[in-house]
Amino acid sequence: MSPLHSTPDGEGTDPPRSVPTSEPDTTPFESWDRPRTAWLLPGRCRTPRRRTLLLEATSRALFPTILVFSIYLLLVGHYGPGGGFSAGLVAGLAFVLRYLAGGSTDPGAVITIRPPVLMGVGLTISVLTALTPMLFGAPVLATAKLTVRVPLLGDLGVVTSLFLDVGVYLLIIGVVLDLLRALGSGIERDMRAAGEPI
Amino acid sequence: MSDVMTSLPTLPVLLPILGAALSVVLGTSVAAQRVVALVTLGTVAAVAGVLLVTADRSGPVVTALGGWAPPVGIALVADRLSALLLLVSTLVALAVLVYAISQRIADYGRGVASSTFYPMYLVLSAGVSLAYLSGDLFTLFVSFEIMLTASYVLITRRTTTRTIRAGMTYVTVSLLSSLLFLTAVGMVYAATATVNLADLSVRVQTLSPGLRTVLALMFVVVFGIKAAMVPLHFWLPDSYPNAPAPVTALFAGLLTKVSFYAMLRTQTLVFPHDRPWTLMLWFAVATMIIGALGAVAQNDINRLLAFLLVSHIGFMLFGLGVSDARGLSGATLYAAHHITVLATLFLVSGLIVRRTGTVALDRMGGLLKTSPALAVLFAIPAMTLAGLPPTAGFVAKLQLLQAGADAGVGPTAVAAVVILASFLTLYALVRVWVRVFWGLPAPTVEDPDPDDELGVGTARTPWPMYAATAGLVVVSLAIAAFAGPLSVVTGRAGEDLVARDGYRVAVLGSPR
Amino acid sequence: MSPGDLVTAPTINLVMALTVGVLYTVGFYLLLQRSLMRVLIGVVVLGHGTNLLLQLVGGPPARVPIVGNSPAETFADPLPQALALTAVVITFALTTFLLALGYRSFTLIGHDEVQDDLEDRRIARIRHPAATLETDGDDDRDVADGSGEGER
Repeated sequence: MSPLHSTPDGEGTDPPRSVPTSEPDTTPFESWDRPRTAWLLPGRCRTPRRRTLLLEATSRALFPTILVFSIYLLLVGHYGPGGGFSAGLVAGLAFVLRYLAGGSTDPGAVITIRPPVLMGVGLTISVLTALTPMLFGAPVLATAKLTVRVPLLGDLGVVTSLFLDVGVYLLIIGVVLDLLRALGSGIERDMRAAGEPI
Repeated sequence: MSDVMTSLPTLPVLLPILGAALSVVLGTSVAAQRVVALVTLGTVAAVAGVLLVTADRSGPVVTALGGWAPPVGIALVADRLSALLLLVSTLVALAVLVYAISQRIADYGRGVASSTFYPMYLVLSAGVSLAYLSGDLFTLFVSFEIMLTASYVLITRRTTTRTIRAGMTYVTVSLLSSLLFLTAVGMVYAATATVNLADLSVRVQTLSPGLRTVLALMFVVVFGIKAAMVPLHFWLPDSYPNAPAPVTALFAGLLTKVSFYAMLRTQTLVFPHDRPWTLMLWFAVATMIIGALGAVAQNDINRLLAFLLVSHIGFMLFGLGVSDARGLSGATLYAAHHITVLATLFLVSGLIVRRTGTVALDRMGGLLKTSPALAVLFAIPAMTLAGLPPTAGFVAKLQLLQAGADAGVGPTAVAAVVILASFLTLYALVRVWVRVFWGLPAPTVEDPDPDDELGVGTARTPWPMYAATAGLVVVSLAIAAFAGPLSVVTGRAGEDLVARDGYRVAVLGSPR
Repeated sequence: MSPGDLVTAPTINLVMALTVGVLYTVGFYLLLQRSLMRVLIGVVVLGHGTNLLLQLVGGPPARVPIVGNSPAETFADPLPQALALTAVVITFALTTFLLALGYRSFTLIGHDEVQDDLEDRRIARIRHPAATLETDGDDDRDVADGSGEGER
């Protein structure tokens, strides 16, 4: 079970974390954004003074809903309004919401993959999808419709451009997470290092 | 042509993007990043070679992306001009990459990975390839954005207090020209309802001459900014010299020439000139003279080279201004030679600065005794740039001069300016030679910014940096040695540019 | 129906043309400011102007390019909308980049103003040796170097 859906059984047991210090942060660049603790989980309380309980509670409910909606957008993209880009942005907005609710405390903690890797994997999937038709003697970026027989649901038509969209989806999520990291928690980290109040 | 052949023009674009994606995923393994970057660019160079041979033998290679035929779909077109420039650009990018890799190993050690340098380098190559190959205006715009976005990152990496201004100037000016580009594309689409270059070249003929001139001038301004055409050049000597040597060399070699290529393509295919084009000749004169005079006044070796870069853009503009087959052929040959020689000079300057620790000419001296290899590496590209007889620069310049002399009174007068600008170039380079290589050896200057990307003031220079520079010198010597066959190819490219029918038939299937 | 018919609006929409003009004017004005934040807003406004222009190219306002939603006569040209979408994405990416650059400038030199051109300053000193020039940035300010935690 994902930590997102765990029950709030340990409320208030953890001490407040991320105490601002004036000591310079010595974590090397390559690893400063590695997730260290869970984030926005029930029971993990930020500095109570900065806490927005309403937003936190709402975002806990909204976050999975928005993600499901983004996957819907990703899947219908070939026939209706949607597609990898808009789906990725919607999913990215879900993370932005979590960032707004959870503050600078480890925005990457939900996804344990680092954002650049997510971008790279997405781009790799997209480019490989674009190149694959060459193997079948078709022009680059050509699409085909595959039919998959699924028990109970019947025949499902999958257009190969869906794989391109999946790549774009991952890429955009990676970009949004990277922005949150660089222009969100990164700046707050700089401010902490400089001893300024956040 | 086989299916694989028609899909070939996508590889120079997609492979570097795939390489960039892989090197992001590989992230922490710097050895894998290096291998990916080298293999990718090597493959692209091979593909570009195949494209050049095919385009020269059997006409332009056209890819319709996704099987959607142009003008509806996006087309990638590799004709002689674009394949030749693609090949030269990729070779230069490969050599600069070798230089950059060995510099990074020497300065940061073998194990330091980067999540930006290699990916952005490859993305920039992908943008350059797409710009050469794109068959429509909007893809051209996108390719410029890919290329420039990567270049923004490369020029502003590890900025310090002294270099951030350069980055800002560069980014702001490029952004402005990009937005103008987009505006121009919108206007063209409003007037003709197409963005496909081949289709445009047919439809533009139905527009009124006034409207056609306005659209043509918008593109002159857009590409003029990006190609550093005087009076739109001011950003270049300010920004380029502040980047690390490999990045400057890459920019100097590729970016301005890609913009010149775009200008050449639009102004020959879409808005052709059947007489010498007076306005462009004036721009050429201004660019040659002001660039060369700017170079003479500099004390900073990189700024001097940047002004020479601007000055020699004028030589290509001259070829475009003559606007007959021979002028365009000369401009193409000049562009190919210019890509190599400017990249080489900036790499050599990087080696010089690394050795002496300063960019100021008056604080260097005596390098001929302490580092004779550097003297040879500097002398050959310097002679090439000045256009002294046995070199590639001479061959290209001679073609331009002949084309100018045959084209009428105006071009002949400008041809005289070409000679004057060559002398000024020679003077500026001789000044560098005297200050840097002759005289008493000057003490090494300490690195003022140890934190930035320029490691200077060290005698520790690994041999691959020399080898990469020497490789580029060999390429420019090869251009001189094979000037005969090469000018046959550029001659045909020039005729293609004037005739236009071959391009249209290849893309649209019919000349009208 | 040929693509040519799609884009020829009977008359120019004056309000929209004026809007585009105003956006361009404001954008260019802001672009000429010294503060990078204003330059950034200028780029954003200019981007909006350009995208609006691209939209107008696709036909009069309030038409949709979605198949089945409108008869062919009032069908908007989808291509400019696709171009505008691409342009929006590019402008978005570059806006975030400029934001990061402005922040970098702020951490390095304490403000985000574009400094004087060195050459300009030198020429000004030759012309008016007595005049007091505005000095900023690297000349007289002791700046803490914040670049230590950047990456190589």
